[in-house]
Amino acid sequence: MLHIDYANYESLRAHGEETYPHECCGVLLGKSNADGNHVQQIVRAGNTRTDSAHNRYNIAPQELVKIQRQARGLGLDIVGFYHSHPDHPAQWSPTDFAEAHWIGCSYVITAVEEGKAAITNSFLLSGTSEEDKKFEDQPIEIEVAEQVSQQKGQA
Amino acid sequence: MNIHIPTPLRTYTAGAETVTVPGTTVAEVFTNLTSQYPDLKQQLFSNEGKLRSFVNVYLNDEDLRYLPEKEATSVAAADELTIIPSIAGGTDRPGKGASRKNSSSRNTPCCSCCPLL
Ligand SMILES: [Zn+2]
Repeated sequence: MLHIDYANYESLRAHGEETYPHECCGVLLGKSNADGNHVQQIVRAGNTRTDSAHNRYNIAPQELVKIQRQARGLGLDIVGFYHSHPDHPAQWSPTDFAEAHWIGCSYVITAVEEGKAAITNSFLLSGTSEEDKKFEDQPIEIEVAEQVSQQKGQA
Repeated sequence: MNIHIPTPLRTYTAGAETVTVPGTTVAEVFTNLTSQYPDLKQQLFSNEGKLRSFVNVYLNDEDLRYLPEKEATSVAAADELTIIPSIAGGTDRPGKGASRKNSSSRNTPCCSCCPLL
């Protein structure tokens, strides 16, 4: 299960609308436990594939190093990544799979149809190595700040 | 020196994000790292002993591949090594205007694995 709060979920979907017709990409920071990956913060990244940004994404390793450092400072881990599929279904492609190396992380894909964010899916990269890795459909639980609204209601 | 381990490889460092390994060159540090954590070896290196192509290694803020002396670069205890697998992907879909819905004349395939070929 991928746990993400509504604000971060909407923000990663909005990112795909902003970069349309190009692919957007970013990193999910949080914690993972037996219950799945819990997103606490998202970090927007630049797509370095300016040569083919409509159907390719790549996060510069240098930027990843900085993001990993930022996560460490926050006491969080990189638990996943997201990118968009402009005018293409929210399913992983053979290239997405071949270039996925973060086992245990969630790969979130949002289909952006004619500029509007449509379906968002998450895939967990499971396995133990490059040789036996696979993508598994991963349900997304969007956490609405229920406690906050309850508290407001009681006040 | 300290080595920062990415999330997927922490399975092999008993969950540690940062491990401290001695060594005076990057190569030496790697040798000590993989003898301390033997299961890391096949995750990081191919059978030929070369760093796997998707594994990026940064010495402080420098990409190891672009350092003149590469693995022979000398390191100090205060330096930091970061291991970071690459993040990339793509859909192999051609440019806008060539999707199935409105495909007409502009269905120029983007690559040899393009489904429209
Ligand atoms: Zn993709």
